[in-house]
Amino acid sequence: MPPLLFYLLAAITLGFGLLVVLARNPVTSALSLASCFVGLAALFISLDAYFIGTIQVLVYAGAVMVLFLFIIMLLDIKAEEGKAPNLLAIGSGVIVAVLLAIQIITAAGSTQLAGKSAENTPLDYAEAKASLGAAAKLPTIAKDLDAGSLPDTKLIGFTLFDRYGFHLQVVGLLLLVGTVGVVVLSKREKSAGGAA
Amino acid sequence: MITLGHYLVVSGLLFALGLAGVIARRNILIVYMCLEMMLSAANLALVGFSRFHTVSGLPDYTAQSLVFFTITVAAAEVAVGLAIIVALFRAKQSVDTESITKLQG
Repeated sequence: MPPLLFYLLAAITLGFGLLVVLARNPVTSALSLASCFVGLAALFISLDAYFIGTIQVLVYAGAVMVLFLFIIMLLDIKAEEGKAPNLLAIGSGVIVAVLLAIQIITAAGSTQLAGKSAENTPLDYAEAKASLGAAAKLPTIAKDLDAGSLPDTKLIGFTLFDRYGFHLQVVGLLLLVGTVGVVVLSKREKSAGGAA
Repeated sequence: MITLGHYLVVSGLLFALGLAGVIARRNILIVYMCLEMMLSAANLALVGFSRFHTVSGLPDYTAQSLVFFTITVAAAEVAVGLAIIVALFRAKQSVDTESITKLQG
């Protein structure tokens, strides 16, 4: 990918990320976070992860952010006005974040894989066809590999259902429990002291 | 040339931004948004490692499955968390973290 495009997407992601932290108005924060997630989805797609990029837009920028905006409107939260900012919290937040960023950047530079790029680790469809095993034998995946296109979603599906079938069901159960929990939590109690 | 190192730096900076927000902000909704940002930053690192740690010529799809699970759990977490925030707002009429002192000794 062209370096300029990467820097542009990184600037969008980090710039709107900064705006989330700095904005006084919660609606500004929520909309900035949606833009930040769209930039992040573009970065995922630049890493050949088309499926993850798509669900990042659908689930995060779509569902989660709408939920956030809905709650902000519902609670009618105004921008913080007249309150003195907590300087101790802001100072410690900035110091901890800067220290963590320095630590992560140092560690990121020293990992063995850090020098790898799309140029020196290209995707090799012929090798995948020969040595991928059971997945490459599936007709849809084999057809994509022959045509030289990345069967990204099909391979994630194969991995999920072949190796992580049980985990997938546990996550499904978690979503059910979450749904029931939300209904129970947001049910208005009948009377102040009485039975709910 | 854009290397894995570049993606890891972006991921690290986004995570640090989220952490700064969680510590410094007092509006509990914005604290929650910053938590989501930190989860997404970790996803970016995972997808980066997945792309450049190739398994027989293709990205490592174990990592992308983990990202799928992370996004699912994050979505469930947001739903439950926002329900708790709504319940909290009903009890306190405020979303300021400093007004929540019930468990303070």
